Amino acid sequence: MPESRDSIKNTFAVAIGVSLLCSVLVSAAAVLLKPAQELNETRYRQKIVLEVAGLYDQGMDIEQGFASIDAQLVELASGDYVTTLDARSFDVAAAASEPDSSVAIPDALDLAGIQRRATMMPVYRVMDGDAVQQVILPVYGKGLWSTMYGYLSLSPDGSTVQGLRFYEHAETPGLGDQIEREEWLAEWPGKRLYGDDGQPRLEVVRGKVAGGPSAIYQVDGLSGATLTGQGVSRLLQYWIGPHAYGPYLEKLGAKEEGDG
Amino acid sequence: MADTRKVLIDPIVDNNPITLQVLGICSALAVTTSLLPALLMCIALTSVAAMSGAAISSIRHRIPNNIRIIVQMTIIASFVIVVDETLKAFAFETSKQLSVFVGLIITNCIILGRAEAFAMKNGIGMSFLDGLGNGLGYSVVLIIVATTRELFGAGTLLGTPILPLAADGGWYHANGMMLLPPSAFFIIGLLIWAVRTARPKQVERPEYQIHEVHRTEVL
Repeated sequence: MPESRDSIKNTFAVAIGVSLLCSVLVSAAAVLLKPAQELNETRYRQKIVLEVAGLYDQGMDIEQGFASIDAQLVELASGDYVTTLDARSFDVAAAASEPDSSVAIPDALDLAGIQRRATMMPVYRVMDGDAVQQVILPVYGKGLWSTMYGYLSLSPDGSTVQGLRFYEHAETPGLGDQIEREEWLAEWPGKRLYGDDGQPRLEVVRGKVAGGPSAIYQVDGLSGATLTGQGVSRLLQYWIGPHAYGPYLEKLGAKEEGDG
Repeated sequence: MADTRKVLIDPIVDNNPITLQVLGICSALAVTTSLLPALLMCIALTSVAAMSGAAISSIRHRIPNNIRIIVQMTIIASFVIVVDETLKAFAFETSKQLSVFVGLIITNCIILGRAEAFAMKNGIGMSFLDGLGNGLGYSVVLIIVATTRELFGAGTLLGTPILPLAADGGWYHANGMMLLPPSAFFIIGLLIWAVRTARPKQVERPEYQIHEVHRTEVL
């Protein structure tokens, strides 16, 4: 049927038919495989929590390892633990989108570019008996292209970084995705969060850290990824700032001092 | 029967898409630093090549000429997404390492090349086998390159130590260059040399040859 094949009618019919068939195929794959993918993503997040805590070993049982970390919910405005809800099943994304369980972030304070945040956030505590060894906070915010999701691990008094890791982002491959590079992440432990005046100081600089008294708050920039690096600075400063985990971290600091 | 064999086996050495046609090089450079992602990439590309070949061949008499490339791309892209989703469900961590390269199978010259050159002109079964054969040809090269790079670059194969590294008290000093993209160029280059030495038929004739012209001839 050589002449009908190139007719306008057949051209439209084939174009529409192929598009429909292909979209059914793609949607079917997406829907059917979703449960398995979500399970993988949960496992991966748990693995990153273990990694940021320095507890991950190749081939360990991630679920078991994650279960050994204490999970708590914190009401951010007061900085107090909430005991009425289960921290492990708490869905941050759902809570942050519901008006009842979230608050708007004033533009001037919205360094992370996320507009709303949940009123409560989970925190993970690595315990040794009764003593807290690390406090791990989920953090997220806008980079250049995407929202970057990660975990920040802090010393028990909330003053010093012990680790940082990202588990989800869509920054430029080869440039922005250097935020997952081990060498860069290894620069974070030991950096301090707040200046002497109590303001968040932790940041990613452009280029190399120059040294001097500010170096204790600063991490080298990523070449070719200045905006992604700025995004990391801003999201961390938001989450450790007074509108987010600030009150909670302040209480941790006061408690440690009281104990000491 | 002989035809079937030829369609399936030929692309592995005699008509290899990488060493003879020099197609699909970019992913061969990018995913071959270690063997596991390379294997996964081979499976992904081979299944896309076979399935898209069969699908395109099944509607080849209906595809209008003026939109045929777009129709082929739509079909190829759909299969690539299906494969990508499947990898995310069953091989999550390795699929994270492959990142954009699974998606980039859509633009791999081997797939569209076979669709246009073979699947548009041959039956469904043959097109499936042709895709399979070309995928395997690509796979053979990728596996050789990835094995060489992981073994000499990191002293391991599939993550298992083979050559004990000096850093861990062994004798082998890892060749860091093997983990950088240029080494894949060198290995593919050497491979092409080896194949063409063994099969001189594959050597291309120079397109232009300088030779002496005598003035008398011109006149």
